[in-house]
Amino acid sequence: MNALEVAILRKAYPRERGELVAIEGLDFSVRQGQFACILGPSGCGKTTLLSIIAGLDRDYRGVVSRSGRNLGMVFQTPRLMPWLTAHENVRLALDPPPRAPGRAEEMLAEMQLEPFLDAFPRQLSGGQQRRVALARAFVNAPDLLLLDEPFLSLDAPTAQHLRELLLSLWARRRPTILFVTHDLREALSLGDRVLFLTAGPARLALDLPLDLSRPRHPDDAAIEALRIRLLESHPDLLRGLTAGGVAESAV
Amino acid sequence: MSGALQIFRNRDFWLRWLSAAALLAVWQIAAAAAASPLLPGPAAVMAALVKLLLHGRLLTDLGISLARVAASFVLAMAIGSAIGIAMGRNRSIDRLFDLWLILGLNIPALVIILLCYVWIGLGEAAAVIAVALNKVPTCAVILREGARSIDRELLQVADVLHLSWWRRMRHVYLPQLYPYFMSATRAGLALIWKIVLVVELIGRSNGVGFQLGVYFQFFDIANILAYTASFVAVVMAVEAFAIRPLERSLTRWRG
Repeated sequence: MNALEVAILRKAYPRERGELVAIEGLDFSVRQGQFACILGPSGCGKTTLLSIIAGLDRDYRGVVSRSGRNLGMVFQTPRLMPWLTAHENVRLALDPPPRAPGRAEEMLAEMQLEPFLDAFPRQLSGGQQRRVALARAFVNAPDLLLLDEPFLSLDAPTAQHLRELLLSLWARRRPTILFVTHDLREALSLGDRVLFLTAGPARLALDLPLDLSRPRHPDDAAIEALRIRLLESHPDLLRGLTAGGVAESAV
Repeated sequence: MSGALQIFRNRDFWLRWLSAAALLAVWQIAAAAAASPLLPGPAAVMAALVKLLLHGRLLTDLGISLARVAASFVLAMAIGSAIGIAMGRNRSIDRLFDLWLILGLNIPALVIILLCYVWIGLGEAAAVIAVALNKVPTCAVILREGARSIDRELLQVADVLHLSWWRRMRHVYLPQLYPYFMSATRAGLALIWKIVLVVELIGRSNGVGFQLGVYFQFFDIANILAYTASFVAVVMAVEAFAIRPLERSLTRWRG
C-alpha cells in the first residue's frame, strides 16, 4: 500500500521578470514503511517538494495524497522554540497536550537526552538540539516523516550517531520516511530506495532501489563500490552533489 | 543570605549610592547658597513630605493619580497592541492605518487632552481616554515592529504540528512579542504618568496634578517637590518590584 503519492505538474515562484520553475512533472509514490531518500543538487527544489507534501505550500498544480493522518517533520535547522525547554518542545507536538503523561519523557530518553529535560535550546549542543527535533517529530507516532537534510553542518561522528538513532527508531516504529539529502553516501547508507532529482526544475531522473543489507555505514566497501558505479554510469546526474562536503566528480 | 551579602561587595551598588548622595549634596549646597523659599533644601522638602503624609491628602491624591495611570495604561496597551499586531501581520491594514498612526504620533498631548475635555466633558472618562489616546500610537508602533519580526520558520513548525489557535498564541506568537510588550510598557508608563498630571492640572479637582497646580499658585515649592518626590518614588517602585521581575521571568530562557 502506498503511504504517499506525488504528482506535481508544476510549481513556480514569481520573479521580477517571469518566474522560476522549481518543480515540473514530478511523479512518484512511496510504499508504507519505506525509507526513501531524495537526492538532488542544492537548490533543485527538494525543500519545496517537502513543503508541498507537508501542506505548508499549497500554491502548486498537481495532486499530493497521503494515507496516514499524522505527519512529522524535521527541518534543516532544529527550529526549536528557544523559550521552551527540551521537554516542553517535545510536548508541544502532543495535542491535546499531555494525553499520556510521560510520552515526551520516554521519547527524550530514547534519544539519550534524559539529563537535559529542563534545558533550554541555547544550553544544548547542535547535535543535542537535532535529537530534540527528532524526538518532537517522532513523539506523535507519525505515519509519514519528512526530513530535510536534518544532519547538515554537524561533524561526521555526530551525524553518524544521529543516523543510527534515526534508523533504530524507524526499525521499531516503521513510519514511512522521506529523507532529503544532497550527500550520495548518506542516501546510500540510509535508504531502501533513492530517488534522484534533476537540477531545477526538479524532475525524477532515476529511481534506484537498494537491496544492501543492514546495518550499513557510509564508509562500507559495498556503498563505496555502488557510489563509484553510479558516478561512472550517471556522470551528468550526479554533478553538483557532495559527499562529505566535497563535490562529487565523475572523473 | 550570600546573595544579599554579595550586593554589598558589588562596586556598582556603591557607585549608585555615591551618585544619589552627590545629588543630595549638590541640591543642599545650591539651596544654602540661594537661601530662598523658592529653592528649599532636601531637609525642608523631607519635612514637608512628612507633614503631608501625616496631615495632608498626599496618599489620597497619590492613589487617585495612580488609579488613573493604571486605567489609561490598560486601555492604551489593549487598543495599541491590537492595532499594532494587526498592522504588523497584515499589509493592507498597515497601509490603511499608517497615516492615522503618523498623525496620532504627532498631535501634541495637550491638544488631545483639550479636545477630549471639550467633546466628552470634564469628567473621569475624558481624563482616562485622553491619557490613553496619547499612548496608543507609540504602543501600536512598538507592537507593529514586534509582529513584523515574528519568525516565519517557527510558524511553519506550528503548522506542521497543527497547533490550536490558543497554543500557537501562547507558545509561538506571544513569547516573540514579550520583549516588545515590555518595552511598550516601559515607554508607556514613563509617558502616561507625566500626561496624567497635565490632565489633572487642566480638568480634575483631585490627584497629584491638581494639587501641584494649587501649590504653584502659592509658589509653595517645598510641597511641589514633596509631591513630586513621592510620585517618582512610587513609579520607580513599580519599575523595580513589578516590571523588572516580570521581565526577568519572561526572558528566563535567554539566560
